[in-house]
Amino acid sequence: MDNLSLHKIKEKFADSILEIVEFRNELTCVVKKGDIPAICRFLRDDPELSFNFLSCITGVDLPERNPRFDVVYELYSISKNHRLRLKVKVNQEESVPSITSIWSTADWHEREVFDLFGINFEGHPDQRRILMPDDYEGHPLRKDFPLTREEVTFSHNLNRPPKIE
Amino acid sequence: MVLNMGPQHPSTHGVLRVILELDGETVVKAIPDIGYLHTGIEKTMESKTYAQVIPLTDRMDYVASLSNNLAYLLAVEKLLDIQAPPKAAYLRVILTELTRISSHLVWVGSHAHDIGAMTVLLYSFREREKLMDIFELCSGQRMMTSYFRIGGLAQDIPEGFETRIREVVDTFPDKINEYEKLLTKNRIWINRTKGVGVISAKDAIDWGVSGPILRATGVEWDIRKSNPYSGYDKFEFDIPTRTNGDVYDRYLVRMEEMRQSLRIVKQALDGIPQGDFVARIPGVVLPPKEQVVSNIESMIFHFKLVVEGFCPPKGEVYHSIESPKGEIGYYIVSDGTQKPYRVKVRPPCFVNLSALPKMIEGRLIADVVAVIGSIDIVLGEIDR
Repeated sequence: MDNLSLHKIKEKFADSILEIVEFRNELTCVVKKGDIPAICRFLRDDPELSFNFLSCITGVDLPERNPRFDVVYELYSISKNHRLRLKVKVNQEESVPSITSIWSTADWHEREVFDLFGINFEGHPDQRRILMPDDYEGHPLRKDFPLTREEVTFSHNLNRPPKIE
Repeated sequence: MVLNMGPQHPSTHGVLRVILELDGETVVKAIPDIGYLHTGIEKTMESKTYAQVIPLTDRMDYVASLSNNLAYLLAVEKLLDIQAPPKAAYLRVILTELTRISSHLVWVGSHAHDIGAMTVLLYSFREREKLMDIFELCSGQRMMTSYFRIGGLAQDIPEGFETRIREVVDTFPDKINEYEKLLTKNRIWINRTKGVGVISAKDAIDWGVSGPILRATGVEWDIRKSNPYSGYDKFEFDIPTRTNGDVYDRYLVRMEEMRQSLRIVKQALDGIPQGDFVARIPGVVLPPKEQVVSNIESMIFHFKLVVEGFCPPKGEVYHSIESPKGEIGYYIVSDGTQKPYRVKVRPPCFVNLSALPKMIEGRLIADVVAVIGSIDIVLGEIDR
């Protein structure tokens, strides 16, 4: 089944595919970010592939690499029972086309990736923060954002405000 | 009129804020606002070794903690390409199914309570006490058990495990009948839940809804059947589905799922194989305690594993299981060091809640509570 999806994508979008990785029986396709809406629409509508379920969209931050971010799309077909992972490499100032028009569930997932990584999605109907407060500054899941720790309050430091580092 | 169903509300099952735009009593727009319980679990996981992440996974869906443990561990085992031995697989199935029953009991109790049938809450929590006693017997903890480890369980099951579970399996079906007697044919229940919060199968798939909500719309998808894990393919059970996709159907699906879970527990209990409770893989799993205290090499292994952890191969995996709320998936990226580079949790409640506007726009404000209850949200998982 993985070979079928790969075969069909290679057939139709041969120059969009940048890399193919197979690890632990899972197939990952790295594609050009401009082609994502077209590829996703094809994957959803093709009767033999019918990837009708978008499991999740997530981001990975690799600060030493250029482009810095990876946006990962996990696709699943309920009727054919096969999975596919699409990956897009994007830099800090660039934006990725939104696929909310293809799967409505992409709405909240893309908002979460925007909130936690700062990656913009073009064409998203309502791009605003979802987990952090609306006026928060910074994007927490980036590797240069520190993991903050608050000092534990004991009786000796009861009257002081806690140190946050 | 804009009404704020604020983060502090007895029926939102946690700190959920829903901004309702009303026209008289009809809901024109409903906007869920989440993030009040965000604790940065995914970021914290990047600073802990693979074994230290296990207690963090419990705290997300705090009602069904063993299910979260299993989802994470199966993803890590996939990354390492190891498998738990058959005895551990069976025990994992038993405990996960008991967790499913426990989660559905909390759901039916709190949902019925929101709608007004308060007795069911007391009955279901009484039953849940028996299940929590079993969890306490195994792991020492009632709720955040963290009983599973990479390759199997943390410790072997204690004496009395089998008798306690048999007692639950024998007495439980009567209790489910009791709840059904109180609710299923109740005229008030039917009036408040039938035809309310309807979502079609096509919309549900489009919005990424999974679990009992999807099965109530008619789509027969259960990951335990489609991609069996941990030995689920050895057990016989049915997947309950209904067709209408309203709150009443979701209730019926979950009640029937409890019965099917009992069926699985009974089959698993009758056939627990002999063997070890954890896969003894030297670089990954702790050696047996008797060897650690007597043998210096085992002590060194133990020390290194606890203090430093193991290094899995570089790569990424995504593994999902059927939690009581839907498809829970873990996407783990490993860079070859002892700490995971990125752990992403695909929370079922987060995605199910995003379909809330679709379910209640155009309906009356009195239905909002019933629909929010029927989605079975746990804010810990939504906000992480």
